[in-house]
Amino acid sequence: MRDTIRFLKNGELVELENVGPTETVLDYLRLRRRDTGTKEGCGEGDCGACTVAVGRLIDGKLNYQPINSCIQLLGMIDGAELVTVEDLTQDEKLHPVQNALVEFHGSQCGFCTPGFVMTLFTLYHAASKEKSRKTVIEWLAGNLCRCTGYRPIVESALDACFETVDDVFSWRANQTREKLQDLADSRDIFIGDSSKFFASPATLDGLAAFYGQHPDATLVAGATDVGLWITKHLRELPKMIWLGRIQGLDRVEESPSGVLIGATATFEATEAAMTRLSPDLGELWKRIGSKQVRASGTVGGNIANGSPIGDSPPALIALGATLELQSADGSRALPLEDFFIDYGKQDRGTDEFVTGLFVPRLSGNQAFRCYKISKRFDQDISSVMGAFRFTIDDNIITDARIVYGGMAGTPKRAGGSEEALMGASLDDPATWGAGMQSLLTDFAPMTDMRASAEYRMETARALLAKALMEISGTPAEDLRVLAKREANHDRAA
Amino acid sequence: MTAPLDQKNMEMSLKHVRKPLAHDSAKKHVRGTATYIDDIVEPLGTLHVVPGWTRQAVRGRIQSVDLEDVEKTPGVIAVLTSSDIKGINDCSSALGGDPVLAEDEILFFGQVVFAVVAETREIARKAALKAKIDVTPITPILTPQDAVDADTTVLPDYQFRRGSPETGMQAAEEVLSGSMFIGGQEHFYLEGQIAMALPQEDGGMLVNTSTQHPTEVQHTVAKVLGVPDATITAEIRRMGGGFGGKESQANQWASLAALAAQKTGKTCKLRLDRDDDMIMTGKRHDFKVDWKVGYDESGKIRAVDMEFLARCGYSADLSLGVNDRTLFHSDSSYFYPDALIRSRRLRTDTCSNTAFRGFGGPQGMLAAERLIDAIAITLGKDPLDVRKLNFYDGERNLTPYGMPVEEYEVMHDLISQIEESSDYWQRREEIKEFNENNAVLKKGLALTPVKFGISFTLKHLNQAGALVHLYTDGSVHLNHGGTEMGQGLYQKVAQVVAEEFGVSLDKVVITATNTSKVPNTGPTAASSGTDLNAMAAKNAAQVIKGRLIEFLCEQHQCGPEAVHFGDNNVIVGDQSFALSDVAKQAHMARIQMSHAGFYATPGITWDRESVTGRPFYYFAFGGACAEVTIDTMTGEMTVDRVDILHDVGHSLNPAIDMGQIEGGFVQGMGWLTTEELVWDEQGRLRTHAPSTYKIPTASDLPEDFRVKLYEGSGNPKETVYRSKAVGEPPVMLANAVFCAIMNAVASLSPGEVPDLHAPATPESIMRAVQDLRRRKAGS
Repeated sequence: MRDTIRFLKNGELVELENVGPTETVLDYLRLRRRDTGTKEGCGEGDCGACTVAVGRLIDGKLNYQPINSCIQLLGMIDGAELVTVEDLTQDEKLHPVQNALVEFHGSQCGFCTPGFVMTLFTLYHAASKEKSRKTVIEWLAGNLCRCTGYRPIVESALDACFETVDDVFSWRANQTREKLQDLADSRDIFIGDSSKFFASPATLDGLAAFYGQHPDATLVAGATDVGLWITKHLRELPKMIWLGRIQGLDRVEESPSGVLIGATATFEATEAAMTRLSPDLGELWKRIGSKQVRASGTVGGNIANGSPIGDSPPALIALGATLELQSADGSRALPLEDFFIDYGKQDRGTDEFVTGLFVPRLSGNQAFRCYKISKRFDQDISSVMGAFRFTIDDNIITDARIVYGGMAGTPKRAGGSEEALMGASLDDPATWGAGMQSLLTDFAPMTDMRASAEYRMETARALLAKALMEISGTPAEDLRVLAKREANHDRAA
Repeated sequence: MTAPLDQKNMEMSLKHVRKPLAHDSAKKHVRGTATYIDDIVEPLGTLHVVPGWTRQAVRGRIQSVDLEDVEKTPGVIAVLTSSDIKGINDCSSALGGDPVLAEDEILFFGQVVFAVVAETREIARKAALKAKIDVTPITPILTPQDAVDADTTVLPDYQFRRGSPETGMQAAEEVLSGSMFIGGQEHFYLEGQIAMALPQEDGGMLVNTSTQHPTEVQHTVAKVLGVPDATITAEIRRMGGGFGGKESQANQWASLAALAAQKTGKTCKLRLDRDDDMIMTGKRHDFKVDWKVGYDESGKIRAVDMEFLARCGYSADLSLGVNDRTLFHSDSSYFYPDALIRSRRLRTDTCSNTAFRGFGGPQGMLAAERLIDAIAITLGKDPLDVRKLNFYDGERNLTPYGMPVEEYEVMHDLISQIEESSDYWQRREEIKEFNENNAVLKKGLALTPVKFGISFTLKHLNQAGALVHLYTDGSVHLNHGGTEMGQGLYQKVAQVVAEEFGVSLDKVVITATNTSKVPNTGPTAASSGTDLNAMAAKNAAQVIKGRLIEFLCEQHQCGPEAVHFGDNNVIVGDQSFALSDVAKQAHMARIQMSHAGFYATPGITWDRESVTGRPFYYFAFGGACAEVTIDTMTGEMTVDRVDILHDVGHSLNPAIDMGQIEGGFVQGMGWLTTEELVWDEQGRLRTHAPSTYKIPTASDLPEDFRVKLYEGSGNPKETVYRSKAVGEPPVMLANAVFCAIMNAVASLSPGEVPDLHAPATPESIMRAVQDLRRRKAGS
């Protein structure tokens, strides 16, 4: 048992005994350390002004990820290197990404700039990356700038982030690795008392036992949602259990039959495996949250919190994923769609927790498509999310899994439409009509700030039609504005 | 006027002006060492203020306010209500109606009723939720149409009338009419509203305030506290973005911080939570525009009748100027022989809409572009041809408000340059072909002009002051009434002052805008920051320099033509002295080396009552060509290419000006595409965080983006180094994107005018697409 958290800052070990269950990294930086370089823009992980970098060892290699410090709990940086904008300039010499931003006029009001600097810092240190505008804008999606229009920032990134790494962090990388190895221990963390604590069990059994004792505790993985309960809903969450140190819970195992995703595997960590399952799934993953959100946010958390607007569940349900849960009493598995009972209600016992997810691969006669519709392409919550898996024999649909997000209180399969499409022919669009028509009775969507009920219904139908058109041979480039954009990028490259 | 030859010589010898220098704070920005108000080291014992409000009411009478649970929360020091106000409970700019704290009425969803003062911000935020506020609801008036039906306004109607619109419309060969909704816009400055008030002796207050208008904050705080203006000092070194949202909207938060400081005697800081900020503060006005246009078969406009119905919100705020500017720009760049252009400033029970970059101009211009698009689509002509046909020219150059467009040749030249550089006509053909071959995706192309009037339309705001000191080591202290919100004003003014003194830029020390240094200033707004403040600073520097020259002439028995300032030296005849030595000597000789400079824009004669005179010193011009692709199944849209050519006269700093142009365009594009403000049926704003309100992100930047400064002969008016204002005009370059979307939708059914409204979200585009399809199926 350890009653402190430990991390590196500017090459030095920091050990904190006093860590509140809901204290954020940003508050620690600004209020406790009085390091005011890191800014609060929105307090909900959507603007990126508070971006800091977190260095961890992944397969023995030092890896820096950008995170939104406003919604990251301080306890969650245990065992990591915390890098803030203050650490980049050494001996009055600007870091290459800072230099580039000055040179290309990448700041105007400057308030978002430290966040951009830190995201660019992580891109600068990213091990494998293709030098392209596409790479840059993908990394920058989580940093909002209201002044520059981004052009000079994108150019700064292209100029600075693809050079050979040469900064104080690379010079001392070996020492950092050693220090981080020293920090990695298998002790449980418990700070506080039984009524108010930050805890971080190191093993699954430890978690089961501890959560059994404190079923009223909040389980937190990436805190991209729980963080908002703190900063926006102002909820009192006196008992916090962070799952991030449980050995093996972040596994991503690819096998010929499918992909096993541990509950604490982040979107970032699963992206490659998802892309291998289906290019559409890979594209979807890239549009979930932002680089910062995906670096912290977990697939397991996206499911376990039961949000009706989670973007991954519709796609995972369409692929036939199964969810695994555990408690002190044992474990069980269920089809993912059965986990979502109703709005705000999931099939999870009081002391039960999600341990993982299995996503089967597509068989040779199956086709998968998914589409995310949102007001803004990047870092937006979908108004409608459609995911489709069709099993096709001799151009006849013999099985269909049609799932939507944003159409009901939970991610939901279109039972009527699935049935109506059985036996439909890819060669004959006239046979698709019944499936399209059934959506009208499968769903009764609502109107909210993202879209009207009418638009949602029409778009749901359009997405099904689009999927069928694509599977029948119409090139995606003729059907998707984004695919067209991708194609343009390729031509430009 | 400067003679051409002098101009050329002057250009060649310029050391700082015209150079693409980095923003003065660029290095501090990237290091995180640029200090914003929340970064200022707080005095020990600083308290935190959080506004309290009720989420249960939109409009209603307050029956009771129970603050007991708030007050007894551990860590809460005080709770402020309107009864704590010793002065006047109003934080409006001029027109009244903006209570700092509600008295007996809730005027909109987000009205502040009380304020909690506590040891920490977290304690205050949580305590603020414990109030019990009982309100008897009144059915709110929410939309412009609701307000028209109820006939409720914040200000009287106003109009421009020219020629005989009634007979003109009747005489026109063709007449078209329609309605258009134009959405508002949240500023989303990255640094939210913030103020910190530090009590001073004798009831005074130093207020650090994130505002574009420190003088107004000073006066408002004095008014609310009930103390003389002179006891209050407002200071701002930099804002983390303003965009108009901190022109009048900073007053309330500074007042609350000062009230709390007055009551507790402690330094008090108020930083709004982002959601509160978005709910409580005003935004760009949204409009319903009803329009009618008469034209001939060539597409030439004969008469227009436009009515602008603006949702002003619960109070007048800056709505007078904003809506006037809408009218001033309802011509875009087109000559209207007969015109009736009407404006209604509707009162709704929503947040009080305010200044936003462009100040009503963008909405006026967008409506004008709708007239042109409608004519072009109906006649089957290319919209660019119809635009050019209606441009102001040598004969037809009187605006509906009577001011001539003197620089019409610049406008023509600029548009023809971009027409060529964007390959407009070839791409028009390619797009036609693309659309013929694609059933689902459709492309659109549009080239639209910008003509933006520069000057405050309230004449008295067109003045500025600066305070410049030369010290005996040769360093220069620079201060002026303009505020820095990222636009690079401080740097531009410093360049001008460095040029004047012939010193390197590092000798010019930029200091925070402070009402005790330069008093009675106007807001940094209307794109005028540089035009006004750089001239005032130049004036101050010139006066000091003049005194030194006089001194040197006497010392060295020479004429003033023998004295030259440059390279931190002063040349007198064939001798060279360090400026620091000259300053020391001048000081010993008791020469004053400090001066308060002043500038007032000449030639502004606008008289609002009689609708006569000249409102603008000059116009800034621009042109943009945008290409988009829409998905006619989902309404999704990408901006594929944008070409921009923009007129900044002779640029003071091309790098900073480019930043204004690109940033302004992207901000305008967000307004017209992804940024949608949604109020629910009860009148509650539902899009009050970046999770639901979507400003552009890096991937929304057009993938092919070509931006150039127009190379002309400079501003014909005697502005500072013949530059032109650049803050607001580029926002309207984004009209090209909206018109390109219009063009793409219109391709579905030639001859039919799409019913497209702004912002063109996927849903808005789909509505227009489906409406066209229905019309096509019906015909």
